[in-house]
Amino acid sequence: MTSFDERRLGRSGAAFAAASAAGRAALVGYLPVGFPDVPTSVEAMVALTEGTDGTGCDVVEIGIPYTDPVMDGVAIQRAGTAALERGVHTRDVFPAVSAVAATGTPALVMTYWNLIERYGVRAFARDFAAAGGAGLITPDLTPDEADEWCAASDEYDLDRIFLVAPSSTDERLATTVRACRGWVYATAVMGVTGARTETSDAAPRLVSRIRTLGAGLPVGVGLGVSNGDQAACVGATADGVIVGSALVSTLLAAEAAGTPGDLGALRSLVADLASGVRRAERA
Amino acid sequence: MTTRLPDDKGHFDRFGGRFVPEALFAALDQLETEFRAAQADPEFQAELRSLQTDYAGRPSPLTEVKRFSAYCGNATVLLKREDLNHTGSHKINNVLGQALLTRRMGKTRVIAETGAGQHGVATATAAALFGLQCTVYMGEVDTQRQALNVARMQMLGAEVVAVAAGSRTLKDALNEALRDWVASVDNTHYIIGTVAGPHPFPEIVREFQRVISTETKAQMLDRYGRLPDAVLACVGGGSNAMGMFADFIDDPEVALFGFEAGGEGVETGRHAATITEGQEGVLHGMRTYVLQDADGQTKESHSISAGLDYPGVGPEHAWLAATGRATYEPVTDAEAMEALKILTQTEGIMPAIESAHAVAGAMRVGRRIAETDPDARPVLVVCLSGRGDKDVDTAIRWFGLDGSADKTAGGAQ
Repeated sequence: MTSFDERRLGRSGAAFAAASAAGRAALVGYLPVGFPDVPTSVEAMVALTEGTDGTGCDVVEIGIPYTDPVMDGVAIQRAGTAALERGVHTRDVFPAVSAVAATGTPALVMTYWNLIERYGVRAFARDFAAAGGAGLITPDLTPDEADEWCAASDEYDLDRIFLVAPSSTDERLATTVRACRGWVYATAVMGVTGARTETSDAAPRLVSRIRTLGAGLPVGVGLGVSNGDQAACVGATADGVIVGSALVSTLLAAEAAGTPGDLGALRSLVADLASGVRRAERA
Repeated sequence: MTTRLPDDKGHFDRFGGRFVPEALFAALDQLETEFRAAQADPEFQAELRSLQTDYAGRPSPLTEVKRFSAYCGNATVLLKREDLNHTGSHKINNVLGQALLTRRMGKTRVIAETGAGQHGVATATAAALFGLQCTVYMGEVDTQRQALNVARMQMLGAEVVAVAAGSRTLKDALNEALRDWVASVDNTHYIIGTVAGPHPFPEIVREFQRVISTETKAQMLDRYGRLPDAVLACVGGGSNAMGMFADFIDDPEVALFGFEAGGEGVETGRHAATITEGQEGVLHGMRTYVLQDADGQTKESHSISAGLDYPGVGPEHAWLAATGRATYEPVTDAEAMEALKILTQTEGIMPAIESAHAVAGAMRVGRRIAETDPDARPVLVVCLSGRGDKDVDTAIRWFGLDGSADKTAGGAQ
């Protein structure tokens, strides 16, 4: 088991550490606010923390839909576009954050940077912290351009989770990991979000490169996980397993079936994933 | 240059930079390294010059258009004839340079985004020439209004992907190309067609387009013994304009004018006048002016010309606008189409609708100078960035032509 630097864990990293102390990887679930509509999306986020029997995600990532989501695959694009057409706004994320935070599960927001800039970096940090948010995941903001965000996240005690990739050089890996608070988001395969039949062996290699740095931060692995077996596989080496597109797909399917409020498939998938991280044979 | 921009992080003051997924940083660093090495490599430069001359047909002429000048106050108007390049636009300048870089990096596949299809055609052309695999992303709306260019790309052996996401135009094609690149970066180079995107693209594309102003300057000095009073270009992402401006930025006596797509009029909200109406923001990996709503969502842009239909703009243009060095004004669809008709019928030169925005700008600037200073005899150089063949369908609809002959002669009664 890896030892973590408690001063840098923040609230979301602490959830990873707690899972780790229980001998398993943390489960991180993503859903965008506003799909199929704002109230249902908030209900779905709460369902992420519950699964079918009260066992669900350890951390919830809340997306804010954006018109130009260059990191996202078809499922998340489709849900995001629909949410925007239905009138979702940046400010809708705050009630979602509060609802998740009320369950005791750390709530992160994952979003493209222009939305935060437009709101005002410091203003967003203030309102987000007031809503009970734990931190931000910034897919198109790297530490290179993050001075303002680093200052605001320090001021409001928010976690900042930057992404690293298999293509990151050792030097960039070190810089990025140093800039993170909470945990490190490792993109497992080169590509956009989307469920894949197999996850890549690039993930364990990347996780071990990060650990070699002696970062003291947990490493979450994302992009590609869609079921409990894959979660078990990824959870064997990573400190956290991140699932997004597969969860969103259950909501897309429910809407396509004419029952957009039906969270049954979502809850079942969460239960499957939660059991996956619990049966992983940890390295 | 008085100051060399961008800086080493790709910033033009506060504009530019790199707002992209970490997964692309290694490729962008590699590209920058190769580009710097190539700039300093006489062999690379010689090969590029030879391609420009013997393949693309450079230098392009500088044509004085006397009959058209009559519509421009007291101005003498000259056209920098990028429309006469191989493939019919300035896009080939950048593509040949980036194709050479692709080969230098040992990559075997190129991808590109395209609006009007001119950059896609140029990329497909270079891919054919260099034996590279090629995929071009094009908004679904644009594939419909520029069907001729879709067919040209396919003839050249490229795969054309219609992008049905979002507004189904240039910005969405760029999104899709970025998605492809994140997943394919090991063997694929993304030939961005304009001076936009993450560092080092705005700089690379400017440098490969710089030849436009370098030639113009030499041609002016050679023929007229002076610099022009102003250079004018249309601005979508802004590559032909950056090429036209680059060598004149440090000549304060030369005014720089960029003309954005005013669409149906900026007051209607249906336009692509990014600098005139946009706010600072982050889009497609750069900080620049963006047409966006109160939440920061990108607004859909509108223009009769697919090549200008883009809600962002290259970061160096944002900087030139913010510093006041260059002036940017919107030109409406109607003004551009009128200018297209006038230039075609006075000079026998049919510009692309994109370029017609700059032609309309010359009429406006020439008349304005004549009003404020009737004694002035300004020399205006317009970058005629592309030819209008691809736009005949649009012209048929706009001018109410039906493509049938005016009358019939001979034949059986």
